[in-house]
Amino acid sequence: MEKEQILSEVQEIFRNILDQENLVLSAQTTAADVEDWDSLSHIQLVVAIEKHFKIRFTSREIQSWKNVDEMISSIQSK
Amino acid sequence: MSADIQSFTHLLKNIKKGAEGLKTYRLAVLADSASQFVVKAIKGTGIEYGVNYEIFEADYNQIDRQVFDTGSELYEFKPNCVLILRSTEKLVKHFYSLPKTGKSNFAEQQVSYATELFEQVSRELGCSVILNTFPETHDSVFGNFSSKTSLSFPFQVKKVNLGLMSLSQDKKNLFLLQLDSLMNRVGSAIGFDSKMYIGGDMVYSLDLLPYLSKNVHDIIQAVNGTFKKCVILDLDNTTWGGIIGDDGLEGIQIGDLGLGKAFTELQLWVKELRKRGIIIAVCSKNTESIAKEPFEKHPDMKLHLEDIAVFVANWENKVDNIKYIQSILNIGFDSMVFLDDNPFEREMVRTAIPDITVPSLPEDPAEYLHYLRTLNLFETASYTEEDESRTLLYQEEAQRTILQRSFTNEAGFLESLDMKAVVKPFDNFTIPRVAQLSQRSNQFNLRTIRYTEADIKNISQSDKHLTLSFNLADKFGDYGLIAFIILEKQNKDTLFIDSWIMSCRVLKRGMEVFTLKSIVELAKSQGFKTLIGEYIETKKNGLVKDHYQKLGFTQSSDGKWSLDMDSYMPTVETYITKTEA
Repeated sequence: MEKEQILSEVQEIFRNILDQENLVLSAQTTAADVEDWDSLSHIQLVVAIEKHFKIRFTSREIQSWKNVDEMISSIQSK
Repeated sequence: MSADIQSFTHLLKNIKKGAEGLKTYRLAVLADSASQFVVKAIKGTGIEYGVNYEIFEADYNQIDRQVFDTGSELYEFKPNCVLILRSTEKLVKHFYSLPKTGKSNFAEQQVSYATELFEQVSRELGCSVILNTFPETHDSVFGNFSSKTSLSFPFQVKKVNLGLMSLSQDKKNLFLLQLDSLMNRVGSAIGFDSKMYIGGDMVYSLDLLPYLSKNVHDIIQAVNGTFKKCVILDLDNTTWGGIIGDDGLEGIQIGDLGLGKAFTELQLWVKELRKRGIIIAVCSKNTESIAKEPFEKHPDMKLHLEDIAVFVANWENKVDNIKYIQSILNIGFDSMVFLDDNPFEREMVRTAIPDITVPSLPEDPAEYLHYLRTLNLFETASYTEEDESRTLLYQEEAQRTILQRSFTNEAGFLESLDMKAVVKPFDNFTIPRVAQLSQRSNQFNLRTIRYTEADIKNISQSDKHLTLSFNLADKFGDYGLIAFIILEKQNKDTLFIDSWIMSCRVLKRGMEVFTLKSIVELAKSQGFKTLIGEYIETKKNGLVKDHYQKLGFTQSSDGKWSLDMDSYMPTVETYITKTEA
């Protein structure tokens, strides 16, 4: 799947989980840029993304992401 | 996730919506794992069902300090209920750290620790306590051999769970959240998320949490008198497969025919519910005689007519029929469950009667029973033997309703009932039923102070109180214990009516006046002059708003009601005779 397509699907998941209809993600977005994206909601996001793409991240991957782009690379690599 | 259980994300959205205007309930949550999500799930579940849980969440892994230090935040918070969640993960770690002797009596140690936790909270707060059973994760140290040695964790954790269950049978105010069976149902592959555990010390997955929080909510609600009392069954394709009017007695699927097994097992389950006190009613679009035929003649039917308290089969719409069933049973719509395979009928009933619970049954009847079991529809906080005969009581009530419709004047009807009452102070036989009435009764309840069995026992032995229980019978049958009174001695002249509770099954029988006469008789015999009553409004007790006024009490400036017993004269005649037990 193309990165752009993944980003748009991930953005939809973020909007739903964080309950922010107009949230826009870019490759460079970090947790600090998004309201309510904290360690607790991060767990929800990860679980939702895993379900959506039918993949499993490793704990190491989850801790290594510095921005949305790295998260998307992980998804793409599965 | 099932259609009737909200997702965790949905529960979080409920929290954002807010809990304004909902009745509040104070809950303390103590856990040995990270509990942020548990607390959110409970809060969101409460809002889903109309309760605002004000939650005190103890700091991580502080169970002992909160419980055994009586100056802790827990006791300062004064909760209505304390939930203590302990994880299998911490339990197994503790188990591994023990020497052989500690391992072999691990379960005994754990159960006595649980007893101490309960006793301490109970002593300080007197409120109900919820502990959990442990998911029985096999640690695969001894393999299947673990059953053969008491030094294995699988053996000990099962023993802990059994020990906790026995403990909860001895302690009326101790309730168990059965996480082991919950985890069993969803499976640990779904119910436990290794990443959440390793990364955040969270031991319940986001998929498990809505079930966990729903069960906590169910327990709390049951303890506080809100639970299901009745299940209403549709017949065609719900109670049996096929359509009796088209397929005929031999053609409906039940027993070995077609999908019959699915319906037979559902019937067996419903019959067990009936035995434990759930009222079964039938509501079917059918000709009555045809609808009754399988109950009377089909050899594979597990449910029979005597299991059904109210049987309604006609061609009217189901909403009206359910309202009719409700009027005969005289219980709230919120205590009824309606089972129907037809999504259209379900939606119509849901829309017209929002308080009733209507599960979205799966399309495939093979899944009915498993699905219904996941919903935990029939939580309860008590069980007495009288529950078993409840169906009979309601069948008798249906006969009375029919008789009443044949009388034009009420006095004639009441006289024809030939009512007899047994009046006596609480004793060991009546205490469990009094406690149950205290827990269950919502409508005819003047102050809605809930008492547990232990509380009632204390009151019955207290020299500051007088008590009366009332059993009523008429020519159709025995109503059992249907009312009780707790009077508190305020001074040598004055008695305060702490509790006046009556079962709605005996409304409009003159029981209120009869009860007051009995109170006055008892009070005067002990030299009391004045009776004080109080009405505390709840969402459900509007029925007795004018209770004291109707009985001739006068309202004082503080809103309470008083009666001068020397000048009391009953205003209406009662047709109830007092008899010996």
